[in-house]
This record gives sequence, structure tokens and C-alpha cells, in this order.
Amino acid sequence: MSGMVWFVLYLAAVAVGGWVFRFAGQTATGNKPFFRDMPLAVAFGYVLGVTLAILAVFYYFQPVMTEQGTPDAGVTFFRWAVQGLIIFAIAAWVFRLLGRNIGTAGSKKLFRQMPLTASFGILVILIYAFVSIFAGVIAPYGQEEIFQQVNALPGGNAATGGNPDHILGTDQIGRDLLSRLIYGAQNTVGIAFATTLIAFFLGGSLGFLAATLQGVLDQVLSRAVDVLMAIPSLIFALLLMTIASAWAGSEKWLLTVYMVLIIAVIDSTRVFRLARAVGMNIVVMDYIEAAKLRGEGLGYLIFKEILPNATAPLLAEFGLRFCFVFLTIASLSFLGVGIQPPLADWGTMVRDLSQFINFAAFSPLTAALPLMAAGAIALLTVAVNFVVDWMLYRSSGLKE
Amino acid sequence: MQDDTSRLLVEMRGIYMEGRSDETWTPIIKGVDLTLNKGEVLGLIGESGAGKSTLGLAAMGFTRDGVRISQGSVHFDGIDVLRASAQTKRQLLGKRIAYVAQSAAASFNPAHKIIDQHTEAPVQHGVMSRSESAKDGMELYRKLRLPNPEEIGFRYPHQVSGGQLQRAMTAMAMACRPDLIIFDEPTTALDVTTQIEVLASIRQIVDEFDTAAIYITHDLAVVAQMADRIKVLLKGDEVEEADTRTMLAHPTQDYTKSLWAVREFQRPAKPPVNTGATPVISVQNVTAAYGKIDVLHDVSFDIHEGRTVAVVGESGSGKSTTARCITGLLPPRIGAIELDGAALPLDYRKRNKDQLRQVQMIYQMADTALNPRKSIGEIIGRPVQFYMGLTGKQKRKRVEELLDEIELPADQYFDRLPSELSGGQKQRIGIARALAAEPKFIICDEVTSALDQLVAEGILRLLARLQDDLKLSYMFITHDLATVRSIADEVVVMKNGEVVEQGPKRDMFKPPHHAYTDLLLSSVPEMDPDWLTNLLKERGVDNIGDAAVEKMS
Repeated sequence: MSGMVWFVLYLAAVAVGGWVFRFAGQTATGNKPFFRDMPLAVAFGYVLGVTLAILAVFYYFQPVMTEQGTPDAGVTFFRWAVQGLIIFAIAAWVFRLLGRNIGTAGSKKLFRQMPLTASFGILVILIYAFVSIFAGVIAPYGQEEIFQQVNALPGGNAATGGNPDHILGTDQIGRDLLSRLIYGAQNTVGIAFATTLIAFFLGGSLGFLAATLQGVLDQVLSRAVDVLMAIPSLIFALLLMTIASAWAGSEKWLLTVYMVLIIAVIDSTRVFRLARAVGMNIVVMDYIEAAKLRGEGLGYLIFKEILPNATAPLLAEFGLRFCFVFLTIASLSFLGVGIQPPLADWGTMVRDLSQFINFAAFSPLTAALPLMAAGAIALLTVAVNFVVDWMLYRSSGLKE
Repeated sequence: MQDDTSRLLVEMRGIYMEGRSDETWTPIIKGVDLTLNKGEVLGLIGESGAGKSTLGLAAMGFTRDGVRISQGSVHFDGIDVLRASAQTKRQLLGKRIAYVAQSAAASFNPAHKIIDQHTEAPVQHGVMSRSESAKDGMELYRKLRLPNPEEIGFRYPHQVSGGQLQRAMTAMAMACRPDLIIFDEPTTALDVTTQIEVLASIRQIVDEFDTAAIYITHDLAVVAQMADRIKVLLKGDEVEEADTRTMLAHPTQDYTKSLWAVREFQRPAKPPVNTGATPVISVQNVTAAYGKIDVLHDVSFDIHEGRTVAVVGESGSGKSTTARCITGLLPPRIGAIELDGAALPLDYRKRNKDQLRQVQMIYQMADTALNPRKSIGEIIGRPVQFYMGLTGKQKRKRVEELLDEIELPADQYFDRLPSELSGGQKQRIGIARALAAEPKFIICDEVTSALDQLVAEGILRLLARLQDDLKLSYMFITHDLATVRSIADEVVVMKNGEVVEQGPKRDMFKPPHHAYTDLLLSSVPEMDPDWLTNLLKERGVDNIGDAAVEKMS
């Protein structure tokens, strides 16, 4: 209860601080419009932000070791998070600076108008693409290679149970974790990308077809999609995967193909809805009527007249859908029905390494292992969303 | 002169405004002064992009996003609006300055009843209590001659017509009895018969409460009725300013004179049609329905080679539906459409390529009629390729010829996108696309109503020249009788899906008329500043506009 009281007292103090801050600003600047027209809520926000920043700095400089000589996991992880944030921010800033000075006039302009979040997103996506394409070259070992030492701890220090050959250590059957993390990018991202492409091809073409032809076809397709959407998607996917694993039998790669198709079909329903809605808005335009009256065929209407005008919302949806597909695959793998071993995959890695989280109090580095795979998933999702946000902003005409 | 200073309400000095576009600030208003006395109405005119609305909004110290006032001062009743605190401005806006937007339908919140939106400002500003304001609102509705003033406020915005909504918005602007109202093209989107009612009510209420107003429009005839003084703007510069009568009688600047002259374009009359000749298009006893409800009743008329038939009537009268019947988008329930004496299949999907080619269409909104993702070359090139089978160099040559025909230099425009063109240029591209099919007959659906008068005149001249060169026949759908007067050979008047009257233009503009034609003709504003006053005197407030239409039926 007293925590609650402290919290309320803190907020009250911030409110008073906000009022004082605004008053001081008004007096000091001789009533400049910035302070004069500042609502109390905004002043409150400024003071709240400043106090939180002070708290964060204070926490950051707490000792890493507690008095008992054990590591303080909270401080350690917080430091890593802050350092990561700063490194990524600097990298994004440098990347944007490069983009502003190198390239064609068009790309330079693009980078000039880009917020830091978007350049961060693009940078991360580029890194992921690079890693997944060249995984075989970058990774020190193969993903299926098994070594003598099992459960080597990360850090590469032999004295603390590590192995200098394996920077991130090995898993319970002795495979190099760094290599599996890198190959995981190839498998998880590659499969998610392929799945999203199939989902878009299916949902997009059917959606535009429904929007153009309307009538019975539209009704049939839309109701079918409604039925598919009525079933919770993860449970539906699990159910279908169970059936598929019976069909696939011992052919593990076949199961992966089934998974791609199942997720593609389930996700194409969302794409269908969007494509149909966007298509409906375009079909009523006069230029479509003009094309119909000219006697143009269905293919010309859909691909030459409608599709070019629907690319912006579809591209934004592609980014979002990719994240969802990616997370679904990771979830299925975590539950054991997704990408099958020996293929490396981040979802499976999180599950396999999840026990290490218990070592946080003794060795934060070891506890970070399952977080690496999870963090790889989270980082890509955040990056894609940043880019999508920016693209939506650009296409919505909300500029400036 | 003591009186003059105390009557001064708005004073804008040396206003420079800039808009942000593509990383740079471009000037929108280049040093305009504006003064407005209490109870005075100032008309701001100019073509689109002249900065009328921007300047009007600046009078209340407001700028749209991405626009800033870079220099100058705005004083409202002695208050420096640009330097005033947010608190002071809140006290002014809504209470002492009100704004009436062009589209009332888009400006009302569809989720609240009209009266709730009406009372919001007075209650917020502490001028009146809710019930007082609601009562006052009904009084205002009565003054503005809205039907059922007691009850209409309790409807939602979508339940009343466009003209009524525009008047309700004027009432809302009056709710706090402001000193200044800014009218931003309040009647541009309305039919002539509706417009006249709104004009009459705005003028009455502005007079009655001695409110000052800035009236923004591009229609000279409208501004002549409303304003005491007129200020003409051109691309952010002031051209001239004078009181209405002087301005109409003796404009000093060339630009103003050219604006005045627009309405004088007239085509020479053509010899009467040989009644024995086969008409290019013949609409025969067409009855058409949307779903189960008939919207066209027994419509018949002929269009001969090289002639323009204007179809006039207010919105909802079935003009565009007739066009949809001819093009085959809406197959008629009864009746037939003949092209050169041969019956056309009623559904466009059953027509062959040649039949489709002969009937082309030019649309009202060039923005939606051109695919924004295709270049001009592609847009015009497609029908050339589709109908004529030309490809490669031949196609390009033909497109260049067509661009030549519509007076746009091919080398500059071939690769541009529609978004890089002005409204008038887009409309020209629409014409070129229709011409590319080498048709006999073109339907022009309100092609000039979205354009400024000078630009519209250019389009009309172009269409007239093309008709003479290529022997085209036009069906010209419009509600603007000035356009009819300048381009039509024959006129068809429609109302409620029926043809009320038809005949050569000469006869149509001479009495005796059908009562409805008469009403339409009398509702077109004229440049004479006394026109509305005289009309009201002559006919009485209850015999103009929609009220008169209702009496008729």
C-alpha cells in the first residue's frame, strides 16, 4: 500500500514542479509564446520526463556487484539495454548521414526527410537481410555440427565453464549457439518472407477480383474469409499442423512446406479484406469506368489500373503482415510444431534455452542466451514496424 | 473621421504568407493589406490558388498546417491577433469571429445532432445557457427560412439537404453573434436554385445583425450581390480593390477586365438542323431504374452531327443517369439508344469495340478521371493502341498530335503524371483521351463546373474548335446556364427524370418558358449588384429557389 502512496505523492510533486517550471519559464523569458501558451499538462510531461531521466541515470551508475559479491542482474541488464539503445541510435544516425550524402538526388532527398526511427528500421532490416543471405559465410560452424563440449557457457572463458572456440557457448547436444543464431535468421526470416509473399499473392488477387466483379463471387469469397477469420488463428494453425504432421510422417521438410501453406492461407484472409476494401475505393473512380467503357479486360483492369494505385497500403500491410507471420512461426516453433530440427530457428532456441533464465542471479551473461533469440525476433519486429509507420505516414499525405 | 477609426474592425498590414512544400517555403501571399469596417461585407475573388482562403483564415490569426505568416500584422478590434496569447485567441475565435466552410456536409460532425453542435460554442464561451442558445437557434433557423425550424435542429447532418445544411451552418456561425464571419465559398457546391436561397438568407442575416463579413468566392456574379467592396487577388498579389459598383462598372486592371469578359464568349448560331437527317445519337423513350425505382421516365431526344445538345437541370434531375444509359453502364428498362440509325446493345459489355469507340466521355472531376499512377503519354496512348492498334513510334506520334490538338506542348507533358498538372490541363488530357478514340459523339459531364472561369472558358473554346474541325457531336451536361448560353445549339431541360422542355437555344432563352425553365433561368446570378434585390422584390422570398420548386410539384 505504501508503494501506492509514494507513487501518488510523486505524481503530485511532479504536478507542482510542472507549475513552478512553467512559471519560472514565463518570468525568465519575459512571457515568450512557448511558455505563455503552455498547458499545465505539457509542463507536467516535461518535468515527468526529466525526473525519469534522472532516475535512469542514477540506476545506471549503481554497482554491478551487490555487497554479497553476487552480480546484480537488474543493473547489468539495464546497462546493456541502455548501451544497446545508444549504439543503435548512433548507428542509425550515421546510416542516415551516409544516405544523405551518398546516392542519387532522389535517395538523398528520401534520407533527408526520414525520421531516425525509420533509418534505424531500414538499417536493421538491411543487416538481417545480409545475415540471412550470407549465413553460410558468416557463421563460424554449420548449424547441425555437433561438438564435444555440451552446455558450454557463453563468454569464451574456460575458467568459468566456457570455450574460446564458441563465443556464445554450445547447447545441450553441443551445437555452436552463435552459428545457430545466424542460421536462424536465414530459416525464420526466409520462411516468413516466403509465407507472406504467398499470403499476399492469394489474398491480394482474390481481393481485387472480388472488388472488381462484385456480386455473387464477392459474397462467396467474403463469407468464406469470414468463416476462416472466425476461428482463432493460432489455435487453427495448431490444429491444422497436427493434421499436417500426420500426413507428413517422417518427412520433416514436408512439414515445413505444410506450415508455410497453412500460415499463408490463414493470413491471406486479412490481406483479402484489405485488398478488397482498397480495391472497392479504386473501382468507383472515373478512370476505371473509362477503362471499362473502353472495353478493357479483367486482367488489364486489375493489374494496370487498380494495382498501381493500391501499392502504398498493400506495401505497408506487407510489413505488418510479415511481422505477424514471423511471430506465428516463432510461436509454432516454440510450441514444437513449427520449423523442425536440425534446422536452427529462433522460436525453438528460445524454448530450448529457456531454463537458463534461472541463472540470472549468478551469471547474467548466461541468462541472456534465450533473450538473444527472443531479442532477435523483437528487434526485427520493431524495425519493420518503424519502417511501416514511416511509409504509412508518407502515403497518407500527413506530411508536415 | 472620428467615426471611421471607431468603426474599424479588421486591419491587416503587409501580410506575407508562405507554405511549406517539398523542403522549401514558397510564398503564397505577397504583401496584401486589408481593412474591414464593422457591418461591412468584403468580397475576395480570384481563381483557385490565388490565396483567397489562406488570406481569409489569416484574418482570424489562423493558418493551415504547413503555412505560416512570415511578415505583417493582423489587428482585430485593436487586438494584435498574431501576438495574442492562446487564451486571448480562444476568447475571439468562435465567439467574435466565425467561419463558414465551403462544404457544410464535410464540416458538420455526423455523430451529433445539428442543434447540439449549434449550442456548443455559446455554452463553451459562456454567452448563453444551453436552453437559451437552442431557442435562439430555432429563431435563427426561422429567419433563415429553414423548413420546420422547431424540429430541424434535432436531425443529424445527413438527414437534411445540402442547401439546408449550409444555412444551418450560417446559423451556427451566428450563434454567438460574432462581429466577423468569414464565408469560404459557401455556395460553390450548390445548385443555382439552392444557391439563390442561401444567398438571400446570408444577406438578410448579415444585414440584420450588422455583422462584418469576408466573402470568399470565385463567382463574380455572386460576389456582386453580397459585397460592399471587392478585392481581386491574383497569385498572392492584390490586383485592385474598389467598392462593388465602381469595380463592376469600371475595372482598371487588365486582369480584372479579362475576368469580367469571360462571360461574353458566344458561338455563332448554326443553321437549323435538317430534320430528315439521321441523328448521330437518338435516345428513344428511355425509362431506367436503379433497383426497383424508376429514375428516368420516357426520355427522348436526338443529337445531330456537329451539334451540341445541352442537358440542364439541378442535381438529381437525371442528367447523368441519361448519360449512363447512353454509355450502357445502366441499361434502360424500356426504350432504345440508336447510333447513326442502328440500335446499340443496351449493356456496354455487349457492344463491340467499334460501338464503344464511337461514344466517348469526359468527366467532371479530372482528378478521379485520370489514373494518378500513369503518365500522360500512357493515358492518351492506351486508347490509341487499344482501338487503332498503333504501337511504338506510330503510337507516340499520334499521342503527340493529340497533345498538339489540345494545345499542350508534347515534349513537356508526355512523361508527366496527372498530379503535376493544373485542373484545366487535366481536363484537357481528359479531352485528348476521348479524342484518341476518334469518336463521333462525346458526352461532356459538367466538364467546366470544377474549374475557374478563365480556365473554363479556355476549355469551352477548345471544345468548340474541335467540334468545328472534327464534326463532333456533344451532349453537354451542366447546371450552369452561362455555359449553355455560350456553347449549346439545342437545350434539353430535365426535372425529376423527365424532359420538361426542349428546343433550339434561341427559343429556350426567350419567353414564354415552362415554369421550371423560367425558375432556372431567373436563378442564375447576374453581374448587376441589384439583381438579387430586384428579384426578391419581384418574386418575393417564397417564390425563389427550392421553395418554388416544391410549390411546383
